[in-house]
Amino acid sequence: MTTSDETLLSIEGLTVSYGPVEAVRGIDLTVKRGEIVTLLGANGAGKSSTLNALVGLAPRKARKMEFNGINLLDLPPETIVRRGMTLVPEGRRVFSSLTVNENLMLGGAKHAARGNLVAAKADMLDLFPILAERLHQKAGSLSGGEQQMLAIARALMSSPDLLLLDEPSLGLAPQIVDRIFDLIGNLRDRGLTILLVEQNVVQSLEIADRGYVLANGRVELLGSADDLRASPEIQDAYLGV
Amino acid sequence: MDIFLQQLLNALSLGGTYALLALGLAVVFSIIGLINFAHGELMTVTGYAICFALIWGLPFPLAVIGGLVVAVAAAVLMERVAFRPVRGASGTTLLLTSFAVSAILRVLFQNVISARPIPVSIPTSLSGVITIGPLHLGTIQLISIIVTLVMLLGLNLFLHRTMAGRAMRAASEDFAVLRLMGMRANSIVATAFAISGLLAGVAGILWVAQRGSVDPLMGALPVLKAFIAAIIGGLGSLSGAVAGGFLLGFIEVILQAYLPESLLPYRDAFAILLVIGVLLFRPQGLLARKTIIKL
Repeated sequence: MTTSDETLLSIEGLTVSYGPVEAVRGIDLTVKRGEIVTLLGANGAGKSSTLNALVGLAPRKARKMEFNGINLLDLPPETIVRRGMTLVPEGRRVFSSLTVNENLMLGGAKHAARGNLVAAKADMLDLFPILAERLHQKAGSLSGGEQQMLAIARALMSSPDLLLLDEPSLGLAPQIVDRIFDLIGNLRDRGLTILLVEQNVVQSLEIADRGYVLANGRVELLGSADDLRASPEIQDAYLGV
Repeated sequence: MDIFLQQLLNALSLGGTYALLALGLAVVFSIIGLINFAHGELMTVTGYAICFALIWGLPFPLAVIGGLVVAVAAAVLMERVAFRPVRGASGTTLLLTSFAVSAILRVLFQNVISARPIPVSIPTSLSGVITIGPLHLGTIQLISIIVTLVMLLGLNLFLHRTMAGRAMRAASEDFAVLRLMGMRANSIVATAFAISGLLAGVAGILWVAQRGSVDPLMGALPVLKAFIAAIIGGLGSLSGAVAGGFLLGFIEVILQAYLPESLLPYRDAFAILLVIGVLLFRPQGLLARKTIIKL
């Protein structure tokens, strides 16, 4: 675990509106390099909208939205990804009619040099041996857990500094969920910074350094993972204590 | 049997042109959800480009290349000027925009060039007939079949062997997620239009070569047929568009050959009846697939 004081992502006053519906209402958020930060909250709290807004897939406004010193506000998703922040979307959304190999290659599309692309793929197949076995299978034929691994590997192909993960454990069997959380821990050990949206509060707070609890598009509670675990609100609402 | 084989060749030739046009519609629809009714005007513009290139004395092969370049450029320009500003809008807005582009281009052709057909001097070497045993095949028909097959094969290779091709296939599944791969939305859409322009250009050349003239409404009927073909195949499915194009060509040629003479004027009505029959059993088209259009 190597967190630093360097702020990688700094957001102030983020709002996300879909027509008249305000999904996110002015939240502030920071992520330091090397951290795992988790966004918790009930369905409709604004977690996924926040992640989508960060990568430019949702309509957003903010006083400040900086990643690695770059202003994100006017950038389209493809540029944001090329600058080092990417999202593994909710529901995996692998390209099901393309093979595992093709999904990975597209994930590494930003690498101009073929050598870098090949090296990134070799690295991913090393990290996810199951994908090496399934390399020429259609992504749609993989199990849910395998698809989630492919979605994560595909995102990692772009060698991001910050990985946004939206509900990676959703709809997966408990033993697969454990593997996904182990993997997230491994990724942090490799130096990756992660912003994690999860409904699985217990496991999220086990691996996270800090967390934010959202409700109705606002930050309700924030603090270190230990503080959040100990807070009465979290214990009442999520931990069943 | 000979007559059947002869009709099969005719069907391949006509269906191939429909397939190329339907594929052009499907490539764009599968990515941005736009049914481009101005696709026919891309055929027409190709026809005029060849016509004027020949009038200016360019040799036929150069005129063909010029026609294709103009078709691709016109398609990319069409996207940049008319469709990019409304990208992500509702299907109705996109459809109406394409009708507007089509109408504006037709009026321009009528007022700036001519409302009447202009003859295109196709080399006499292309007007011959090749006899293989009992079968008679026009040189242009043969070229049409070969060109269609080469285009389909080439497009297939492009879609499966190149990064841009994989991106196009991925874009037809989930455009938003493709942008998360760092692929530029504008380049993907422009590539789709360029391919669609190339396909319309090739179809336009084959159409002009068989008719020997070009007029402002030249593209209207074939693009309507291509639309029907794309619907039969399952809108948004590339292989479906090809299958639909060949099926429609086959239906038309068989009806032309076997309908009693008194019913021949109703050939298209019978063809549409058969299409309705297909859609009653497969409302989503022959080879439909799920398409997520999100920008």
